[in-house]
Amino acid sequence: MAKKWTKNERRFVGVITVLSLFLAAAPAASAMHIMEGYLPAGQCAVWGVVCLPFLAAGLVGIRRTVKNQRKALILLAMSGAFIFVISSLKIPSVTGSCSHMTGTGLAAILFGPFQVSVLGIIVLLFQAILLAHGGITSLGANTFSMAIAGPIFAWALYMLCKKLKVNRKVSIFLAACLGDLFTYCVTSLQLAAAYPSEAGGFFASAVKFLGVFAPTQLPLAIIEGILTVVIIIGMETYAKPELRDIGFLEEVG
Amino acid sequence: MEKKKSNKGLIIALLALAVLIAVVPLFAQRGADFGGSDDAGSQMVSEITGTEYEPWFTPVLETMLGGELPGEVESLLFCVQTGIGVGIIAFGFGYLVARRKYQKPGETPRADRAAGKAGAV
Repeated sequence: MAKKWTKNERRFVGVITVLSLFLAAAPAASAMHIMEGYLPAGQCAVWGVVCLPFLAAGLVGIRRTVKNQRKALILLAMSGAFIFVISSLKIPSVTGSCSHMTGTGLAAILFGPFQVSVLGIIVLLFQAILLAHGGITSLGANTFSMAIAGPIFAWALYMLCKKLKVNRKVSIFLAACLGDLFTYCVTSLQLAAAYPSEAGGFFASAVKFLGVFAPTQLPLAIIEGILTVVIIIGMETYAKPELRDIGFLEEVG
Repeated sequence: MEKKKSNKGLIIALLALAVLIAVVPLFAQRGADFGGSDDAGSQMVSEITGTEYEPWFTPVLETMLGGELPGEVESLLFCVQTGIGVGIIAFGFGYLVARRKYQKPGETPRADRAAGKAGAV
């Protein structure tokens, strides 16, 4: 976020982007919380390939953070750990089923929309391999919804609120909360694309999946917003220099 | 520091609210089984396609174990995940809080000076 990307960095992301366009046969997969083996193989590959450019941009971003803002690394580590914690907590919801949060809003707000993709995929790999939660085949689709689409939405929303001069805590809450919900909307759309219903096609199916996920996720999204605000208050209190370093706090004091 | 004090109240209120939101459904929906919404998603798949869907790929670990992961072990792994995360966050806040506590009065921590230590994380 600090300086312009160097030529090599641009080239790296560019090459990966082009590769991903051609590499439709890559054995990658995608998406959060779509179960193992539930997406057709073709779509698994497509989502995986779509993720590649974002992951490449994320890797470049993290390398730059390591190089230029070394002291902010601790915040990056904490944001990653936040995703670990938050996405391992299964919380009961009003609909009588359990779900869990994504936790990706924090890293997106602090570090921009790309670096979080790398943090997210680590968590998804952990869950897919050890917990049979999500899956290797659906890794691409899950990465796209949880580590890419959600965070980009959260980051864009936060930037918008900043432009509109909304109170910072309120904007953080909105960004983290709606970013979480957005993740599940994307998941619903991904499932709908895989299983269009016979009667109404893609949209009827999307509405059905949203009906399953949205009411369950709404209270959890609110919790995620709250926790993100709390942890940022903590960081603002104790990590002012780092936050200033990554451009989160501009004004001194 | 009066600003910090007002934050303390806010943080407590926010955390209490978060716990409340998480706990209320347990009482509001007595007798519900609180299964995962991911499973609800797969039921919806069977409903839309009209047949019981056969996943074409089973999780790697299940293949290796020749069955599902025992429930207790699964909760162990979830705890490990939580533990790793909490550990890192606690380390981070411990580091940051102590840095501020032992700062000489009037001295502001600078990025380049903290760099070496933070980099070791």
